[in-house]
Amino acid sequence: MSEPSPNPPSSPVEDADASPAGLGVQIHNVTRTFDGKVTAVDDLSLTIEPGSFVALLGPSGCGKSTLLRMIAGLDKPTSGTIQFTGDLSTREGQSPIAFVFQDAHLLPWRTVSRNIALPLELMKNPERGTVAYMTARVGLADAADRYPAQLSGGMRMRVSLARALVTHPRLLLLDEPFAALDEITRQKLDDLLLDLWRETGITVIFVTHSTSEAAYLAQRAVVFSSRPARIVADMPIDLPAERDRTVRGQAAFAQVTAQLYDALEKGEQHG
Amino acid sequence: MNWRRVLKLTLPPLISFIVMTLLAEMLIRGLEVSSFLLPPPSSILKALVHPTHRGPLLAAMGTTALAAGTGFVLSGVIGISVAIALSSSRWIERAFYPFAIFFQTVPLIAIAPLLVIWTRTSLQAVIASAFIVSIFPVIASSLSGLLSVDPNLRDLFRLYRGSRKDTLLKLRLPSATPQILTGLRVAAGLSVVGAIVGEFFAGGGLGIFLQTALKEQRTDLIFAAVLLAAVLGLILFGLVNFAGYFLLRRWHASVQ
Repeated sequence: MSEPSPNPPSSPVEDADASPAGLGVQIHNVTRTFDGKVTAVDDLSLTIEPGSFVALLGPSGCGKSTLLRMIAGLDKPTSGTIQFTGDLSTREGQSPIAFVFQDAHLLPWRTVSRNIALPLELMKNPERGTVAYMTARVGLADAADRYPAQLSGGMRMRVSLARALVTHPRLLLLDEPFAALDEITRQKLDDLLLDLWRETGITVIFVTHSTSEAAYLAQRAVVFSSRPARIVADMPIDLPAERDRTVRGQAAFAQVTAQLYDALEKGEQHG
Repeated sequence: MNWRRVLKLTLPPLISFIVMTLLAEMLIRGLEVSSFLLPPPSSILKALVHPTHRGPLLAAMGTTALAAGTGFVLSGVIGISVAIALSSSRWIERAFYPFAIFFQTVPLIAIAPLLVIWTRTSLQAVIASAFIVSIFPVIASSLSGLLSVDPNLRDLFRLYRGSRKDTLLKLRLPSATPQILTGLRVAAGLSVVGAIVGEFFAGGGLGIFLQTALKEQRTDLIFAAVLLAAVLGLILFGLVNFAGYFLLRRWHASVQ
């Protein structure tokens, strides 16, 4: 059961706009070595602008997930620094960074709305109005009291997205979130993510190994070589800002995907 | 739980029990096995309901039930607590887990007479015996459940700076529940075995009833007492399953 709120939330997301929206990330010469042997990330430097949507593209297992975990603070670089730019002040009970995992990773013993409320509980934030808002925003208002086992893969991912956004993050990290979903579900979630990004103006870093997903979503794509991750290409994606699925049919889209594919192939040989 | 489900769960074992009992009856009678060696089910039943044995048997079962039940509850509470403590740090686990294994390898037969010396009443000795035999599976299963929490969910709790208490109550215990229940199921049967072995030395309950029947060479009464011990184990097992059904029915594949 979701907590009853005295007045239904109009849009807590707008409320978040009052505080500076996106965080920037500055990665300086970051290296991550595991057990002194395997180097996942090698002397990598990258600057991500506040409010931008950046895709990190690379072959599976190249170390891009490790980079994402280091940005989230879940892992520490062996050397080098990761700094955030922009207003780092957070309101009580809010988390500046949110993470969406490869699979939805919900707590199976909790309902949809109680899964979405989890970050607020852990951060001791008494506010629950955003829970109902986010549940509805990802299109799950009718499923709020259902358990994850009763949901489809796409619905679970929606819960995961809502859970990530419920604390008004200013940097959203996604680690191949839609990789396991079918084409149509994936397209819907891509569109939902784009809408949420436009509404909130937060920074999004999206790890993927799909060139077309990177081209469809991002403003900028950074292509990595296979392990250890080095940057082989860093290019803006010159497609209209307002994208819908018709973009996929355009010649420009095909061109961007082809460019990304070439860069990816170059990185494979490099590694 | 609706009636259809109850029937679906109880009918198959009931039917197989009746079929096997009838089969045993026919075989034993057909092969003319001496009822001293192996009494047919009908004479076990006769002994069970016989006015002179009915009362003592039920009283013995009650005593054993009290001791086994108490030992089982102690195993559950202490076993889960020990598992939580062991899982709190790798160091503590390495330092103390080997001692938990002591409970699994201890020869109860050797230690039961000591229990009688150490405790004040025979009931205490029997409870201790039931406890010692049944705690290890609770510790082992709970520990493995508490340690095998999805690492991504761990990360999620770290990301939102979840407190140790929240991580235990909202993540580790719920996700370990299926394994904890498995440990409790094993402990249920073992606690009855432990209680009866304890009673051999400390006196009372089905244990003493069995010894007396053995001395009097009443095979039918031995089987009647063994049957009641099995029923006791089944009741405890059933209680764990019942609790498990309510805890897991929403989310775990084992009860869906």
